[in-house]
Amino acid sequence: MITLTVNGKAHQVEVDPDTPLLYVLRNELALNGAKFGCGLGQCGACTVLLDDKPVFSCLVPVAALGARKVRTLEGLQANGKPGPLPSAFEAEQAAQCGYCIAGMIVRAQALLEKNPRPTEEEVRSHLAPNLCRCGTHMRILRAVRRAAEAMGGGVRDVAEQTP
Amino acid sequence: MSALGRRRFLANALVVSFVLSGRGLAQDKKLPPSLAKTPHLDSWIRVNADGRVTVFTGKAELGQGIRTALTQVAAHELAMPPAGIDLITADTDLTPDEGVTAGSHSMQDSGTAILNAAANVRALLAEAAAWQFAIAADQIVMRDGAAHAPDGRRIGYGDLAAGLSLEVQAEPDMPRREGGTSVIGQNLPRLDIPAKVSGGQAYVQDIRLPGMLHARVVRGPSDGTKVKAADIAAVEKMPGVVKVVREGGFMAVVADQEWRAVKALHRLQAAGWERSAPPIPASDLRETIRRLPAEQVTIFDYPGPPSPADARTIRARYSRPHLMHGSVGPSCAVAQWANGRMTVWTHSQGVYPLRKALAELLRLEPQRVRCIHVEGAGCYGHNGADDVAADAALAARAVPGKPVRLQWMREQEHGWEPLGSAMVVELAAELDAQNRIAGWRHEVWSNTHSTRPTTAGGLLAGGELDPPFATPKPRPIPMPEGGGARNGNPIYALPNARGTFHFVEQMPARVSALRGLGAQMNVFAIESFMDELAAATGADPVAFRLAWLKDERARDVVRTAADRFGWPARRKGGDGVGTGFAFARYKNLATHCAVALEVRVDRDTGEIRVPRVVAAVDSGEAVNPDGIRNQIEGGIVQSLSWTTLEAVGFDKTHRASFDWSAYPILRFPAVPGRVEVHVIDRPGEPFLGAGEAAQGPAAAALGNAVADALGVRLRDMPLSPQRVKAALRPVRAEPHQAAG
Repeated sequence: MITLTVNGKAHQVEVDPDTPLLYVLRNELALNGAKFGCGLGQCGACTVLLDDKPVFSCLVPVAALGARKVRTLEGLQANGKPGPLPSAFEAEQAAQCGYCIAGMIVRAQALLEKNPRPTEEEVRSHLAPNLCRCGTHMRILRAVRRAAEAMGGGVRDVAEQTP
Repeated sequence: MSALGRRRFLANALVVSFVLSGRGLAQDKKLPPSLAKTPHLDSWIRVNADGRVTVFTGKAELGQGIRTALTQVAAHELAMPPAGIDLITADTDLTPDEGVTAGSHSMQDSGTAILNAAANVRALLAEAAAWQFAIAADQIVMRDGAAHAPDGRRIGYGDLAAGLSLEVQAEPDMPRREGGTSVIGQNLPRLDIPAKVSGGQAYVQDIRLPGMLHARVVRGPSDGTKVKAADIAAVEKMPGVVKVVREGGFMAVVADQEWRAVKALHRLQAAGWERSAPPIPASDLRETIRRLPAEQVTIFDYPGPPSPADARTIRARYSRPHLMHGSVGPSCAVAQWANGRMTVWTHSQGVYPLRKALAELLRLEPQRVRCIHVEGAGCYGHNGADDVAADAALAARAVPGKPVRLQWMREQEHGWEPLGSAMVVELAAELDAQNRIAGWRHEVWSNTHSTRPTTAGGLLAGGELDPPFATPKPRPIPMPEGGGARNGNPIYALPNARGTFHFVEQMPARVSALRGLGAQMNVFAIESFMDELAAATGADPVAFRLAWLKDERARDVVRTAADRFGWPARRKGGDGVGTGFAFARYKNLATHCAVALEVRVDRDTGEIRVPRVVAAVDSGEAVNPDGIRNQIEGGIVQSLSWTTLEAVGFDKTHRASFDWSAYPILRFPAVPGRVEVHVIDRPGEPFLGAGEAAQGPAAAALGNAVADALGVRLRDMPLSPQRVKAALRPVRAEPHQAAG
């Protein structure tokens, strides 16, 4: 039996200790947010937060979690309503197939928690590990900007940075 | 009066308003093709007692927003809020057969069918209300899901439908609803997005059924290979392994937990693999395809006088490599074999063709197979969706009663998905003394652009069973749609112009339909060549195009993109900075799309950055303009990825692009700075799909901008850093260029 804390709740699961966290989230805890994309840490579809740091949940054996707390897309809610990032993605219609979007939102969350006013370049380089094949990037960038503003910060243009 | 008679009367009465308004449903009095194939109204629309309406489409949501756009069409025509409509998408038990969701046909096919069917149903409801109110039908206003009489009486659709049968044939010339508010043309938020941004169940990958088992299919690393014999008995003893399923050369492993299936898969692959097909030629496969035996097909033949003797000839040769669909989510299906019936939840683009192929594979009557579309990750054409559905079905049949979820691994998706074919285009034009185009030759070499399964032999598993099902012989797709020849016919009004498609049957690699089929290559070539001709004659690229472009809607799109981009005031190209323009009308019969963009090329690294893109698009009447923008934006970014980075690699034994490190695609730091899309709405004009319209223009605009920036033309995709650097070397060879 392995114990893990996901979105503030403790769970006990009966799986092989080498099972990647992703499979536990999806199959044992029925959380749809994190997706299987590559199993190789190359695409970011499975991104979750481990103690505020974005990680590829496809590469983290569940037994290696220790006391670290897991947050997934499902945990990014405020009072039962979508949090600023999911709301902003909806407002910007920042999805086509949407398979990558949960990973995008979670990775962006990590950035905005740490740096409420990143530059556009910082947003782009922070999101670089995550792939989108539909080409929704421009909308994703707009959604992150909108969310940053809703959270009291913003995304600075490069021009602002170097006048 | 009979029901039919009443309907005729009503239709005649309403034809007046149709003629006056000029906003007709049909140009002629034929049912649109999807409706002609499935003419009964209740196949498309059912009105429930509570007033909610269920609409059925044979098309599938692929992330392109079709669910939302079709709901808008139905809501508009039924005069009710979109929230009152439940849309059922492709399901062989429930919906009409509309073939595959492909070719940017969904709005054209299903949108038009639903519009017509809804107009029929609204007319029937209005007529029923007229009888109840005892007034003339034309005094009734349909609004908010109810019929309203001038004196304030109101009956909801649910009550009206109680006495109404919709098991009647659609009439072809039903007029569209006039007046009132319209949800067509509104940016209705996509209905599928809330679940996608909140972790709701949105994908076939998210299906969890009671007692569901997990499976993996066991294959070699790529098409043309097979695994060596494994120690199956040992694998069957692994914890959680339920069964190793073997039928001929087909093998899958079923386990209680997904990770255990993955571990068993790795054990079953541990003995290694060997090539089972003939070796892959060592040369670049586009050169191989250019040299293989080919069937010559005439694409077009525009008349005109022969070129004058003093005309000068300009020639150029362009190419693209094999490309990958590269869905971010590997293909997946859930299947269940119960009570003599196979049910498959699939992200296939064609549930009916898949059902037919699966029925043959499983040796069942088609009625005993049900295929239900559930979204997967974006496919952009024929990827592993159908193959994995067959894999899941075979695995499920081995564990009767149990639902089985089978997902491909990333390496399997990269290794086995059918690729977009490599292609070569050779163009020649003759310019007369006045620098006018006096002759034009287009030659294109390509493998097929569709091996979509309609028989068991079209499925990977079909070729693995014993005896195997024969792989269907590929055939060229005839014009005007075309496969490798798609968009090979220039939209320009050129005299003395001919095109030949060299259809190459023999396939060095597994290929099928990739977004746009041959259009991306043909448009890249034609639009690059138009710039080369403009340069040869000293003309402005946009002005040169307009000189040969007669269609007014096409001209509008070109001018809009040029104006919004600020084309006339653009900076002169050079020093690694350049601008490019390109235009195409998809298949020369669908959406018009023009793209203007700016590039900055790093001369040291060879990397291309795109600070700004402006596009203009006319896809007929715009049902959801933001949905069209989303498709065009996405198409541009994806095409820029294809054009600057992507090429499937091969060695003699297998496909070497086995994951994202071996097949890189565009990531955030390299996507454009800005992308602007201007939608030109054409109310009353037929719907044209926008999904594939940007692939060619974006690629060619990039090529033209790079030529403008460097003064050197790159004709072979991808315009990779290596090629850019090679082109900038002081002494360079240009084997494909033979001007003069």
